Amino acid sequence: MSQAVSPTPARRLGWRFDMRALSPFLALAALLVLGTVLNPDFMSVSNLTNVVTRSAFIAIIAVGTTFVIASGGLDLSVGSMSAFVAGMMILFLNAMGGAEWTTLAMAMGVALVLGAACGLANGLMVTVGRIEPFIVTLGTMGIFRALIMYLAAGGTITMASYEMRDLYRPFYFGDVLGIPVPVIAFLAVASVASLILYKTPFGRHVVAVGSNQDVARYSGVPIARVITLTYVIQGLCVGLAVLAYVPRLGSATPTTGLLWELQAIAAVVIGGTALRGGRGRIWGTIAGAIILEVVGNIMVLSNLVSEYLIGAVQGAIIIIAMLVQRSLQQRSQ
Amino acid sequence: MLQADQISKSFGPVKVLDGISIALEPGRVHAVIGENGAGKSTLMRILSGYLEPSGGGLLWEGAPIRFASAFEAERHGVVLIHQEILLADDLSVAQNLFLGREIRRGLMVDDAAMDRRTRDVLAELGTAIPADSEVRRLSLADRQFVQIARALLVPNKVVIFDEPTAVLTPVETEKLFVVIRRLREVGVAVLYVSHRLPEVKAISDTVTVLRDGRHVTTAPTSDLDPIDMARLMVGRDMAKLYPARSAGGGAVVLAAEGISVPGYVEDASFKLRRGEILGFGGLVGAGRTELFEGIVGLRPSRGGLELHGKPVHFTDVRASMKAGITYLSEDRKGKGLLLDEELRENLTLAALDRFARGGVMDVPAEEEALDGAISRFDIRVGRRNLLARQLSGGNQQKLFLAKMMLLEPRIVIIDEPTRGVDIGTKQQIYSFLANLAAQGVAVVVISSEMQELIGLCHRILVMRGGRIAGEVSGDEMTEDEIVFLATGVHEIGVETAVEAARPA
Repeated sequence: MSQAVSPTPARRLGWRFDMRALSPFLALAALLVLGTVLNPDFMSVSNLTNVVTRSAFIAIIAVGTTFVIASGGLDLSVGSMSAFVAGMMILFLNAMGGAEWTTLAMAMGVALVLGAACGLANGLMVTVGRIEPFIVTLGTMGIFRALIMYLAAGGTITMASYEMRDLYRPFYFGDVLGIPVPVIAFLAVASVASLILYKTPFGRHVVAVGSNQDVARYSGVPIARVITLTYVIQGLCVGLAVLAYVPRLGSATPTTGLLWELQAIAAVVIGGTALRGGRGRIWGTIAGAIILEVVGNIMVLSNLVSEYLIGAVQGAIIIIAMLVQRSLQQRSQ
Repeated sequence: MLQADQISKSFGPVKVLDGISIALEPGRVHAVIGENGAGKSTLMRILSGYLEPSGGGLLWEGAPIRFASAFEAERHGVVLIHQEILLADDLSVAQNLFLGREIRRGLMVDDAAMDRRTRDVLAELGTAIPADSEVRRLSLADRQFVQIARALLVPNKVVIFDEPTAVLTPVETEKLFVVIRRLREVGVAVLYVSHRLPEVKAISDTVTVLRDGRHVTTAPTSDLDPIDMARLMVGRDMAKLYPARSAGGGAVVLAAEGISVPGYVEDASFKLRRGEILGFGGLVGAGRTELFEGIVGLRPSRGGLELHGKPVHFTDVRASMKAGITYLSEDRKGKGLLLDEELRENLTLAALDRFARGGVMDVPAEEEALDGAISRFDIRVGRRNLLARQLSGGNQQKLFLAKMMLLEPRIVIIDEPTRGVDIGTKQQIYSFLANLAAQGVAVVVISSEMQELIGLCHRILVMRGGRIAGEVSGDEMTEDEIVFLATGVHEIGVETAVEAARPA
């Protein structure tokens, strides 16, 4: 009798894992078909390249967000952190002057270190300060936003040297073998991130902490260190995104990165990472970030719905993604 | 009144109930006894609508009935009094009693009426719990009474008690018995689930014995003595359940001197020797778990601790693990295993660094460790890629043991090692612990099952109210002696009280 029962849950389980991991990619494929049907230009190489390139900022930031959320945390500050880091990087470039490669490399270092430091601050307040991540990052979101406002005196921080702009330009607009640099960047970030999350003890710890913090603690997992590091990774990812952002416009304003935190969280959730933690899907997150950008692109190209409603459509997609996830989960129980 | 007819229940491949029939009659107390894992809880949950049977059905006054939910069962007057305390800590007693069924006056809740009614109900139960006090401030026993009061507030015809005395002192148990007898007098059918056999003898009219999900016997209580019940429950000679004791008593490896855990433990001192199994007995809430969580660094503690003669103080559980001390929590599901992860991830979590090669997880090595664990601990699984959640209680406990043994500890502290596991697994766990001790590991067993402590340990320390109340060893290791130390009251006293209260 018990022999006869056992195969059933096995099949159902396999179905669940496949479907939950695959669903963001299936959704992306469906959107691509829809886009082509609505406007044949959608499928053109130049349009798709453009879309994927523009999704790079959110994709890179959202990779970091995947770590934070997988460990059971939340970071609302990434949007204003991006603006702050971008502003500081430009100010550094302007202060150094000239258009040397070394200057640019140093400025990039500044952006990465500053991003990591901002993440470290968030992480320490969560772990050492024992404050809810929502509250901590709500606070730092306001702080970073105010700092960029102050640094820009309410206006715009612009790269002063045109030579430097030209030097830096290829980091957003350039390509290698026809693949835009930002796309290569986010593929590289995602590859390294999936190695860390899936193949290292630290990655295992992240999932364990997000799955059940008590179990992790009783198993001797260094919880505070693990959680703090997820925020540092998030900060580093913000730094990396800024590296691609600055050459695009050559400036930072108080509205830079506005609502990026919500887009990043949306990409993570659409990608199949559970908001309560315990599961992280890096490539799903990448698909999620691209989905958000593709939706906007289809709307611009199709005239079906006013493009002013992009936010509403993206919001609806997040909610639908959650409903789909839950129904897949229930089916497996 | 309510009848189970050939009820079966399987969770995945695990069959926990197999063709069980029992009949609850008005004005009778029907006890169901069985070891942990015998299927008592599952049977109760089916009778009260929390679970649906996989086979067989329920009969209500002779006619087939299906309870789709616990609410539906409650509408018929079937209430289950849970063993776990399910109350909102921040609400008052009255608010808890009426939670979800508040008395209203217009749009507002009528607090005065609810307080009044609460006082009446509590007085009926013979307790003096204030209706307006926050549940957070109540003792475990008082919370149990609040829970009972809440259940009895709805019109009831069948009342099911799930191990209601687990947290009660003998005096409180006697109060509960008065309540149960009153229910019986007014014609309620009572189902009483317990593994405390003297209580079953004292309170029930009929006894049903379950073993490994099967029905063993149903007989009038007057025909069975507690010793017969025990034999029927275990189904084999009790002596064989426990392995032979090793010599024990080597050098002192861990000496605690005046350990305090703020809020839980005061001034606890003991010595643990190489190769011995030291038992810790006492009532739930006596501070046993907290004492050891304090010692290993899971909670703040004060006092002197010597490990192999050197003073130590652990503020982080990682430090005590490194020093060779491993603590296995009683809360296997909440603190032991990641239920939504697979066996492999669970097995290696505590010793993860050992399975990394050049900073990357060595999955083949993990798989090999899982092979070893499955054969060494006899973890019975059809497939290896199961989630921990899908394992039976016994297999979960074995996986948990295997996980913590990867740390290769010299001191093992195991809290409620056989809670919710079947009798076969129990025996395996006992022989595993005895082997550990024989190999020179020092073992601490914290348990609320006195038989287990008596059968397994070299010595037993008994805690009461956060202090160590005394030690028993050798021939002194009897249930009576442990209960006396744990409660300060001789069980003999309870039995006479029970005798006296019984209608002539």
